Amino acid sequence: MYEKTKYLISGDSALNMEFGNSINEEINKKIRAMTLAIETQNIFGIIEVVPTYRSLMIHYDPLKANYYELVDVLKNMEKNMDNVELPAPEVIEIPTLYGKEYGPDIENVAQHNKLTVEEVIKTHTSKEYLIYMLGFTPGFSYLGGMDKKIATPRLQSPRTKIPGGSVGIAGEETGIYSIASPGGWQLIGRTPIELFAPKRENPILLKSGNYITFKSIDEEEYIKIKEAVENGTYEYKSYPKEDGGVDYGTN
Amino acid sequence: MGQIKVANPGLMTTVQDLGRYGYQQYGVLVSGAMDHVAARLANILVGNDDNEGLLETTIMGPKIEFISSAVIAITGGDLQPALNDKSISMNKSVPVNAGDCLTFRGMKKGCRSYIAFSGGIDVPVVMGSKSTFLKAQIGGYEGRALKAGDILNIGELKTFMSDIVGREISENFYEYGSSIVELRIVLGPQDDAFTENGIETLFSNEYTVTNNCDRMGYKLEGEKIQHKDGADIISDGIAMGAIQVPSKGTPIIMMADRQTTGGYTKIGNVITADLPKVAQAKPGDKIIFKKSTLEEAHNLIKGLEYKIEQVKIQLSSQKIKEIISTKNFYLTVNGNPYNVKVEELKN
Repeated sequence: MYEKTKYLISGDSALNMEFGNSINEEINKKIRAMTLAIETQNIFGIIEVVPTYRSLMIHYDPLKANYYELVDVLKNMEKNMDNVELPAPEVIEIPTLYGKEYGPDIENVAQHNKLTVEEVIKTHTSKEYLIYMLGFTPGFSYLGGMDKKIATPRLQSPRTKIPGGSVGIAGEETGIYSIASPGGWQLIGRTPIELFAPKRENPILLKSGNYITFKSIDEEEYIKIKEAVENGTYEYKSYPKEDGGVDYGTN
Repeated sequence: MGQIKVANPGLMTTVQDLGRYGYQQYGVLVSGAMDHVAARLANILVGNDDNEGLLETTIMGPKIEFISSAVIAITGGDLQPALNDKSISMNKSVPVNAGDCLTFRGMKKGCRSYIAFSGGIDVPVVMGSKSTFLKAQIGGYEGRALKAGDILNIGELKTFMSDIVGREISENFYEYGSSIVELRIVLGPQDDAFTENGIETLFSNEYTVTNNCDRMGYKLEGEKIQHKDGADIISDGIAMGAIQVPSKGTPIIMMADRQTTGGYTKIGNVITADLPKVAQAKPGDKIIFKKSTLEEAHNLIKGLEYKIEQVKIQLSSQKIKEIISTKNFYLTVNGNPYNVKVEELKN
């Protein structure tokens, strides 16, 4: 993390607050705090913010906000950040059906790491993964914290179409395809819940700075949840992160 | 409620407004009109809100049959619009009748036209916008580019026809179609990732628009821009008009369908007032970059906004079409009294 946050001009309608030049939870925590502070304070002229691994892009309307005044406001907010009490990050539970046609590459992952399929599932479901940022497709989250024991290289030849909800592993990362798209991840399972539903009140389920955890379900539960999701009656399960988001116990 | 039928979609015709904001942090692109000024002017001409949905068409325009009458306006790049095979003016509101057919004869100046319909296009507002987001298949007409046979509902006239027919924008906002396009840029956010030489290269050379140019971005060809220490960064946000320089060394201008985040160094950003020039540039066009400042860029945005406001004032205060006769009817429908005014316009 930098001693002093950098304020970088990104065109005439955006600026970038850069907090450091590495990917770590400490920086993400600061970005989450700043994001929540800006979102709750509703600063005149700010259109939206985009948190990423080590920076926060602020899109503003130059007809409403003066750049230099805006930077002053943000610097002041940063100074007072320590006094702001933030709610603990949420941990969102992702029910996942592992293996079979839902996760056709789970055997690959097991063989590559000399584990049984059960061990792969147990390892994958034992972590709370930090959502560093979203991007690539609507609702796709870049997660941190996967156990290296199940790391597996990408497929040599990517699939042309992967169904939305597919859970995969690529190198040392794990993730969920939020919508159907091509891709080369090793698919280990699928979730019946929708990360992106444009007509839902909150179209996107996940937010950077929160966490997700995978829960292994069987086919019967999968069908039940899928039906509930389609009827709009599924209740998404989440709980506040116990240690307030400071968790270095990965790998 | 009126209707239009797409007889031929052209190369790429989509419903757009000024973009979908508020969801970039979730990976949802902004989308929206590439040439934001032309889109606003088209809507203003037909009496719509600036942000109403309209059609954006590229290089080869569509063939549209009108199932009902409407008032339309075409702005932006000149693809030579014609109504029933007779040329019609750009930047002017034009009345059309049921059975009329709108075609485009081909690209003359610029490459993107905007077709606005009085009352707008009636497609669902998805996450605050009518813009088409092709990759996620949301917004616009069924989340996709138009196809032959599509029938789109257009809105109802919100005002009297005499208020909008014949409206014309005489002021020239942009000179499209010049062979050398000058783009002013502000440096940053990663200008410090380039050598002095690299920055000098960007400002002292001509770049050519390649065939790889679409709503997402414009890949340019020309002198390679030198990095200090690699082209990759930890992914961060991308603003409209950002100029990415990957390790290959040639710039890419990121446009309306750009991804929300990316991992290449961004040397600078095209200023908002010059974005329409990018939107209207086509393969083979030459681009030169000029250094601007944040102050200049902001003043130009304010100037542009003032000019657009002036156009609105001017247009709303003039009734150009001569009214031949006016008839008033007093009707009662379902017990409710209505006062109906019918204007017959000189054609």
